Amino acid sequence: LQVCAFLLRSGFTEMVVNVRDALNQAMDEELERDERVFLLGEEVAQYDGAYKVSRGLWKKYGDKRIIDTPITEMGFAGIAVGAAFAGLRPICEFMTWNFSMQAIDQVINSAAKTYYMSAGAQPVPIVFRGPNGSSAGVAAQHSQCFAAWYGHCPGLKVVSPWNSEDARGLLKAAIRDDNPVVFLENELMYGVPFDLSEDVLQKDFVVPIGKAKVERRGTHITLVSHSRCVGFCLDAASVLAKEGVECEVVNLRTIRPLDVDTIEASVMKTGHLVTVEGGWPQYGVGAEICARVMEGPAFNYLDAPAVRVTGVDIPMPYAKILEDHSVPQIKDIIFSVKKVLNM
Amino acid sequence: TLLPSPLLIMVASSRSYADFTPEKVDLHRLEEGPPLTATLTREEGLKYYRTMQTIRRMELKADQLYKQKIIRGFCHLYDGQEACAVGIEGGITLSDHLITAYRAHGYTLTRGGTVREIMAELTGRRGGIAKGKGGSMHMYTKNFYGGNGIVGAQVPLGAGVALACKYLGNDQLCVSLYGDGAANQGQIFETYNMSSLWKLPIIFICENNQYGMGTSVERSSASTEYYKRGDYIPGLRVDGMDVLCVREATKFAADHCRSGKGPILMELQTYRYHGHSMSDPGVSYRTREEIQEVRSKSDPISMLKDRMLSNNMASIEELKEIDIAVRKEIEDAAQFATTDPEPPLDDLCSHIFANDQPFEVRGATPWTKLTSTS
Repeated sequence: LQVCAFLLRSGFTEMVVNVRDALNQAMDEELERDERVFLLGEEVAQYDGAYKVSRGLWKKYGDKRIIDTPITEMGFAGIAVGAAFAGLRPICEFMTWNFSMQAIDQVINSAAKTYYMSAGAQPVPIVFRGPNGSSAGVAAQHSQCFAAWYGHCPGLKVVSPWNSEDARGLLKAAIRDDNPVVFLENELMYGVPFDLSEDVLQKDFVVPIGKAKVERRGTHITLVSHSRCVGFCLDAASVLAKEGVECEVVNLRTIRPLDVDTIEASVMKTGHLVTVEGGWPQYGVGAEICARVMEGPAFNYLDAPAVRVTGVDIPMPYAKILEDHSVPQIKDIIFSVKKVLNM
Repeated sequence: TLLPSPLLIMVASSRSYADFTPEKVDLHRLEEGPPLTATLTREEGLKYYRTMQTIRRMELKADQLYKQKIIRGFCHLYDGQEACAVGIEGGITLSDHLITAYRAHGYTLTRGGTVREIMAELTGRRGGIAKGKGGSMHMYTKNFYGGNGIVGAQVPLGAGVALACKYLGNDQLCVSLYGDGAANQGQIFETYNMSSLWKLPIIFICENNQYGMGTSVERSSASTEYYKRGDYIPGLRVDGMDVLCVREATKFAADHCRSGKGPILMELQTYRYHGHSMSDPGVSYRTREEIQEVRSKSDPISMLKDRMLSNNMASIEELKEIDIAVRKEIEDAAQFATTDPEPPLDDLCSHIFANDQPFEVRGATPWTKLTSTS
């Protein structure tokens, strides 16, 4: 970040920052800004983070604020929530969201529901974060997407950043939010670089939770996605543009609360909808989007049924050829767009 | 006639109790334990008496209201265990923190709640301590974090509160309670580990009332020495029916925590007169004779009363007056709890998020648009 500051002062208005560094800088700035913020999780301190997202933070802030935990998710998630009850602002890292299943009771029953059960007496300002969804070759138990599971629950905010701007702004917003936020990162995005403008690099830059972003404007069809799949949608859109199909790509940014207004406005313009997600189809994010569109004003503007592109409805296999065929690919998006547009 | 009563008296806090408790404090990894004698002032005695009697009568009133179907759902009553809640509070202050499981009405009171707002919460009215949104298992006050419905989950939460105390350097501690049924939960052992590693100012307290719902301790636990289950954590086991024992043990434990030594574990041997909840008559897994024996030999309120009377610390009339005053308080509270209106429907969706703009909540149909406010 000192490099950033130097470059900004020197007149560079943009920086190239990968998602990992964006998350790192966001946490660093928020740790500095508010003494009550602290980070706990497996390997976050002395190891610099299992995926290096917390690199350098322990060296800078020490044992009190960057805490290595034993491999006991249920226990340390509960401890994190209790610390939030008592006025601290914990960031609880799950090494991957798969391990959150060990602790899911604390996330839902202790964090999400408490403000309601106490009729507003007990807020829970906590962030749970970690990589979500499929990675590369990590097989079935390490590849599940939890957007739908957590997105189901009132009392939680659930965000799913795609690029560095999303990661930085949403993490800052999450840490500053007085409510439990489930922050779904993506391991394969950590190393991907993006341009960040001067505005985005400001210390008080936040991306509002609950607002989707239109990444690409188009007129023929709406693609709604989150996380890594947003990139695939943009790639598919580039290919389709050569055939004269202009896709509007909506980056959800937030799973819950869902920005239905942005989705509806887009669908009312294009008349066609394809949702794209990495998670399983049944009872998923795409299913919710389609249901909402059915129930709202945008339905009357649809010229074709809305469809979903999703991960294949199987546990994730290991062999590369099988894994490649378990996740939505760009060709699946293109194929679906053409089907919906009757091309 | 009122006999002159001394202000201060030395009371031996030993008690014998045939089948249940040892005659002294049991220690685990501790060279010394709490003192075996305690000083009870008249003022303290009367306060403990009144508070225990209030809890007792409040719980019995809840039983009545439940049978009249004015209280619904789960209702886990605390009568019999009053000495635990009152004794613990006697060993800490209201700036310390406490968290427990679902048998929480007594703690809600000792932690600053009023009988009115507790009862109105049980009857689901807007004057309830959680505005009718929480119910029996979800009551909160300052530095009291409920009331928790998921067995064992409250223990790591309590350690988190303790972590905050250490982090903020405020010399406060957290008492984290659980029952004999919860004592086998994995997350409790995870919490023992982290609390010890990080020397958190936490007092683990196992309220062993001999039964986890319908399962006796012998049938649920390979080791029923719950005060030793913390292994590397020092522990002590005391008679949970004796308010002075509980208080002295708690003071001892609190000193241990505040001196930076880290966690300590207390087992309180106690008993509940009611079944696990109002759905459980409580006699299929234990005999009526057993319940009756505890009532006659070890009732915490009777024990304190006898002690005060035999040491001339109070007169029978004085204690009767307290009883009458308590009954009135409970009656008034029950009156309030049965006449206060239910929460307004506007409140249905409120309190989802703190410090947020109002937002729309989907109702039961797509056309039902409700609003949530903080």
